[in-house]
Amino acid sequence: MNELIGVVDWSRAQFALTAMYHWLFVPLTIGLSLIVAIMESIYVRTGDTRWKGITKFWMTLFGINFACGVATGIILEFEFGTNWSNYSWFVGDIFGAPLAIEGLLAFFMEATFVAVMFFGWNKVSKKFHLASTWLTALGVSLSALWILVANAWMQYPAGCEFDPAQMRNVMTDFAAVALSPVAVNKFFHTVFSGWVLGAVFVVGVSSWLLLKKRNAEAARKSVVVASWVGLVGILATLYTGHGSAVEVSRHQPMKLAAMEGLYRGSCGQDLVAVGILKPEDKRTAEDPMLFSIDIPRGLSFLANSDFDSFVPGIDDLIEGRTITEQNDTVYGLSYAHKMALGASVRAALADYDAARLSGNTAAMNAAADSIQKNFRYFGYGYLSSPKAAVPNVDLTFYTFHIMVAAGGYLLLLFVVMLFVSLRRSDLLSNKWLCILGIISIAIVWICSQSGWIVAEVGRQPWVIQDLMPTTSAISGIREGSVQTTFWIFAILFTGLLIAEISIMIRYISATSKTDIQQPKK
Amino acid sequence: MAARNSFWHRVVDLYVDGFRSMTVGRKLWLLIIIKLFIIFAILKLFFFPNLLQRDYNTDAERADAVRESLIHTLE
Repeated sequence: MNELIGVVDWSRAQFALTAMYHWLFVPLTIGLSLIVAIMESIYVRTGDTRWKGITKFWMTLFGINFACGVATGIILEFEFGTNWSNYSWFVGDIFGAPLAIEGLLAFFMEATFVAVMFFGWNKVSKKFHLASTWLTALGVSLSALWILVANAWMQYPAGCEFDPAQMRNVMTDFAAVALSPVAVNKFFHTVFSGWVLGAVFVVGVSSWLLLKKRNAEAARKSVVVASWVGLVGILATLYTGHGSAVEVSRHQPMKLAAMEGLYRGSCGQDLVAVGILKPEDKRTAEDPMLFSIDIPRGLSFLANSDFDSFVPGIDDLIEGRTITEQNDTVYGLSYAHKMALGASVRAALADYDAARLSGNTAAMNAAADSIQKNFRYFGYGYLSSPKAAVPNVDLTFYTFHIMVAAGGYLLLLFVVMLFVSLRRSDLLSNKWLCILGIISIAIVWICSQSGWIVAEVGRQPWVIQDLMPTTSAISGIREGSVQTTFWIFAILFTGLLIAEISIMIRYISATSKTDIQQPKK
Repeated sequence: MAARNSFWHRVVDLYVDGFRSMTVGRKLWLLIIIKLFIIFAILKLFFFPNLLQRDYNTDAERADAVRESLIHTLE
């Protein structure tokens, strides 16, 4: 058992490491591709070659990031096959189909049009080149779409049916998988947050140029475009963030409770704006916070778009407790009950297998019916106790609040940057504003990574919500081999990151000494 | 002459000229090639086999292995 926990923990750490490193590159690709496309559109529309120079500068930075990030995601697929073979089989064609579409459509789209983007300046017409730049941006987002559809299915497994003969899920409704509300929300929230990250990157690098008094005009123009993209992006991210919270409250209420450090819920539940949790051993259900500033009834609104609705806490969910609109306390399925139902599905699976081996069709059908009846609780059959269904509350709580606070800061940043760049552009060279712009680069990445930690840590212990806990998804491999590959990845990705940052800094530094607005042939 | 102006010739030309005139791109391609080599020729080959594909020949056997693991092994 200890070996199993060791393998699970190291495999989770490895997956987290690779996913987080991969996610350093992806949002910048999403955001910069859009900004570059907008800048080139301005060039084509106005015919002003200074915009061509500016476009080429940012396009090269996009290229550096694209080159460093490309194929880093493929490692995650290797890990599915090696570390998570039970999971890989269990998800069946549901994971395979979206990823295959990603490979065929989006990757080739990107690969084709990226080449035209970089090599085609003097080879194709202005309009064809512009179309290629926009199609690259679209391809980048489409790549994100399919992997996010797969991820959303893990959080909300829709459009499938479990086949006990194949021991895997079979897709019954592609539209339900691809267009599930969780997938749609996740896609837009992620893409818009990529716009924000790309915009902050452009603002940050432009701030550095302004601080160094190099290419001030190009930097100011870049800040204007980036601030518009960033402002639209952050508002859209906030809107879709609300949509995500509504979906989380419907399908993953335990995650929402952990995000808020909420143990005992109520109608008209307050939202913690800023807070510190008590140490776990001193935490009580009624008073889990050491200190907090709350927004009255905010969580009820965030979760259900209704200020008076009931939001369950961790203990409520474990007990199956809810409060009705009439203020009556009602008990539904407790986690202990769900565990019993999950165990019954597992027993029915064993019955199905025995009937299959003995060729008893009637018994097979009876067992299959029994499996389908309570399959939605299958994963609970593997939990050691109801409390095992609670994620890491501290990590989920703090990363959620860091993400929200950073999001609020970024909204303010773009409002200020846009106002200053449109009305008081002389202030853009202000030393402290420039420093703020540069620091914001780190803040936006912390915000982006925190969002994913909330999404992935908050859904634990599930690798597939309610159907498969992470501990059941693992392969029969040795802890030592996972440790070895963990460190290989840590070194490889750190090397890549250093390479990217170093190539970018050198390029920015060298190019900033020339006139960016004079495009080179 | 017609061949030189053909669609495919122009596509090849785009790539050949593009690669020739690269500046930062040379470094990036080197980085991509090294990275892909490490990922596919080292990591995939030696460290990340698809266990179910490697250890079992048919889908039925793979299903049995997962069934055994989910019903009996993970007690």
